[in-house]
Amino acid sequence: MDNILKKNTTIEKEIDDFLNQFSEAGLLFKSGVDIYLSGKKDRFQRTIDEITQMEHKGDALRRSIEEKLYRKTLIPESRGDVLDLLESLDALIDRFKGTLYRFDIECIEIDPKFHDDFKELVRNVVNASEALVQSSRCFFKDISSIANYMHKVSFWETECDKISTMLQKRIFRDTELRLSQKMQLRDFVRHIDKIADRAEDVADDLSIFVIKRSL
Amino acid sequence: MFAFFLSSGLFLGWSLGANDASNVFGTAVGAKMIRFRTAAIYCSIFIILGAVISGAGASHTLGKLGAVNALGGAFIVAFSAAISVYLMTLARFPVSTSQAIVGAIIGWNFFSGALTDVDSLIKIVSTWILCPVLSALFAIFFYKLIVFIIKSFKIHMFTLDRYTRNGLLLAGIFGSYALGANNIANVMGVFIPVSPFSDLSFGGLFSLSATQQLFFLGGVAIAVGVFTYSKRVMATVGSGIMDLSPVAALVAVSSHSIVLFLFSSQGLETFLRAHGLPAIPLVPVSSSQAIVGAVIGMGLLKGGKSINWHIVGGISSGWIITPVIAALISFVSLFFMQNVFMQETFRPVAYQITRESALRIDKTGFSSNKLETLMGKKFESAIKMKKALSARISLTPKILNIVLSASKINEMEITMDKINSIDSNRVSGEQTKAIEKLIGQKFMHQWQFAEALGNSSFSWQFRQGDKEFNENLSHKLLYVYGLFEK
Repeated sequence: MDNILKKNTTIEKEIDDFLNQFSEAGLLFKSGVDIYLSGKKDRFQRTIDEITQMEHKGDALRRSIEEKLYRKTLIPESRGDVLDLLESLDALIDRFKGTLYRFDIECIEIDPKFHDDFKELVRNVVNASEALVQSSRCFFKDISSIANYMHKVSFWETECDKISTMLQKRIFRDTELRLSQKMQLRDFVRHIDKIADRAEDVADDLSIFVIKRSL
Repeated sequence: MFAFFLSSGLFLGWSLGANDASNVFGTAVGAKMIRFRTAAIYCSIFIILGAVISGAGASHTLGKLGAVNALGGAFIVAFSAAISVYLMTLARFPVSTSQAIVGAIIGWNFFSGALTDVDSLIKIVSTWILCPVLSALFAIFFYKLIVFIIKSFKIHMFTLDRYTRNGLLLAGIFGSYALGANNIANVMGVFIPVSPFSDLSFGGLFSLSATQQLFFLGGVAIAVGVFTYSKRVMATVGSGIMDLSPVAALVAVSSHSIVLFLFSSQGLETFLRAHGLPAIPLVPVSSSQAIVGAVIGMGLLKGGKSINWHIVGGISSGWIITPVIAALISFVSLFFMQNVFMQETFRPVAYQITRESALRIDKTGFSSNKLETLMGKKFESAIKMKKALSARISLTPKILNIVLSASKINEMEITMDKINSIDSNRVSGEQTKAIEKLIGQKFMHQWQFAEALGNSSFSWQFRQGDKEFNENLSHKLLYVYGLFEK
C-alpha cells in the first residue's frame, strides 16, 4: 500500500513537471523568435539547444507517466483521456521546437517592418498555450475552475487568426518583396498560427474529458 | 448423514459467494480499481469473520418464518434456494439469496402443513422494500457529501484515485463483513434446529458455539463461491444499470455495506432500544437490492436519464420470480424426497386444545369458551387447525398465534437416561439439577415443560430487559425440548 502511495506522489510531481516543461517551452519559443529577429545568431543557437533538451525531457516524462499509469492501473476511467492530453501537449512542444528549427534551417529574412507583427503573433500563440497549461492543471487539480481558463485558449487563438490574416495581407501587398519571399513568409506565419490552432483543438478535447469526469 | 444433508447448505453458500460477492467488490473490480485476487481474498476473510462473529442476529427472524424440523427438509429447502440462485446467476441477474430461502421455506411450510408466520413474513418482505429505499437515500447523501468535499478541497485526480481505491477496499471489507453477518442466516439458518454440533472451546482463549461452527462452514462455502465463480458476475455488475465512475462505485458499495450492517447489527439494535428509539429489524436482506437501490439513488440524483430502466425492470422482476421459483422447486423436491427417496422431510406437528391449553389461552385475555366445541379434538397440522378455528370464530393473526402455541403437541417424558446425555457445554449444572427434579414427569406441550422448569429453578426463568440472557435461554430450551421429545 505504501508503495502505491509513493508511486502516486511521484506521478503527480511528474505531471506537474511535464506541464512546467510545456509552459517553459512556450516561453523559450517566444524568446527564441525575439532573439532571431534581433539577429543574435549565437544566442539563438543556444535557445535551440535548450528547447531541444526540453523536448527530450518532456518525452521522457511522458513515457514515464504512461508506463506508471498502465503498470499501476491508475485512474482507469480517465487513463485514456490523460494519455491523449499528454501526447497532444508533447506534440505542441515539438511544434515549438520545430518552428525554431525552421528559422534556423531556412534562415528566413524578415523585414524589420514586419517584426512587431511577428512578435505579437508569437506572444498570442504563447498566451494561448499558457491558457492551455492552466486548463490542464485545473483538469488534474480543480476541475470546477477549468472554465476560467478554457475560454481564454479560444480567445487567444482568434487573436492569432486576426494577426495572421492581417500580416499575410501586408506581406502580399508589399511591393518590395519577391513572390518567393512572400510565399516563404506566409508559410512561416501559417506555421506559427497553426500552433494556436492546435492548442485550441487540444482545449476542445479537454472540454470533452471534463464532461466525462464531471461528478 | 448430517454432512451429506449439509451439502445443500454449502451449495447455497457457494451460490451466495458467486453471486453476492459481486455486489461488494464487483464495481471496484469492474472499474479495474482493485484486482480480482485482492478482492477475493479480503472478501472471503471478512465474510467468514462476519458470519462467525455477528451472524446470529438475522438468523432468528428466518427461524420464526418456518422452523424446518427435519434434516431432509432442511436439505431440500437449502437446495431449492441454491438452485434458484444458481439459475438466476447463470442468467446474470443479481438475485437475492434472502428471497430464494424465504420462498423455499414457504414451500416447506405448504408441504408440511405448517403455517407461515405472517408477522415474520411481513417483516421480511417490508425490508425488501425498505432496504433498496434506505440504500438509495444513503447513496444520495454520500454522493452529495463526497462531491462537496472534492470540490471544496480541490483534490488532485491521482490523490482522489488513491483515496477512492483505499475507500473501495475498506468499504468492500466492511461490506463483506456485513454480508457475512446478514446473509449467513440464509445459508445455514435452516440447519440450526437440526445441527448436531456442540460448543467448542479453544484452550480457554475463545469458544465457538454450535451455531458459530455451522456459520463458519457456511462462510467457507461462500468464500469458495467467491474464488471460483464470482469473477464473471463481478465483471458485469455495475455497468448494467448505469455507468459508474469509481467515486460513484465507492458511494454504492458504502451505502450497500451500511444498510446490510444496519439490518444485522445486534449492537446497534441494543443501543437503539436502550435509548428508546425504534429498532431496525434484524432480517437477512438482499445485498443485490441494496446495491441496485444505491445505484438508482445516484441515477435519480442526476435526473434519472442515465438509468437503464429496462434492466432495472428485469432485475426487479427477478426479485419476484426468485421466491416463487424457490417455493415451487422446494415443494416439488420435498414431494420426491419423501415419496421416492423415503426420507423424513418434516416431523408432523399436531395440535389439540387440552384443558391445560384452554387455561393458558384464558390467561392471555381471550376466552377459550368459544373453542368449547373443539376441546379434545386433535388436528394433524396447523393448517387444519386454522381451518377449524376460522369456521367458528373471527380469527386474527394474534389469536391464531395464541391458540396454536398453546395447543401445539410435543409429548415429552423426563427420564434419567436423557438427563445423562445432556451436553454440559450447553446446559449449566444448576439447570441440569432443575431438570432432575422433574424426573418421571410427562408433558403434553413445550410451554408446560418451560413453566415447570421456571418453577423449579430461577436459572430457567426469562429475565425482563436482559435480551442476551433470554436469547441464550431460548436456545437452551429448544435444545432440551428436542432432547426429551418422544
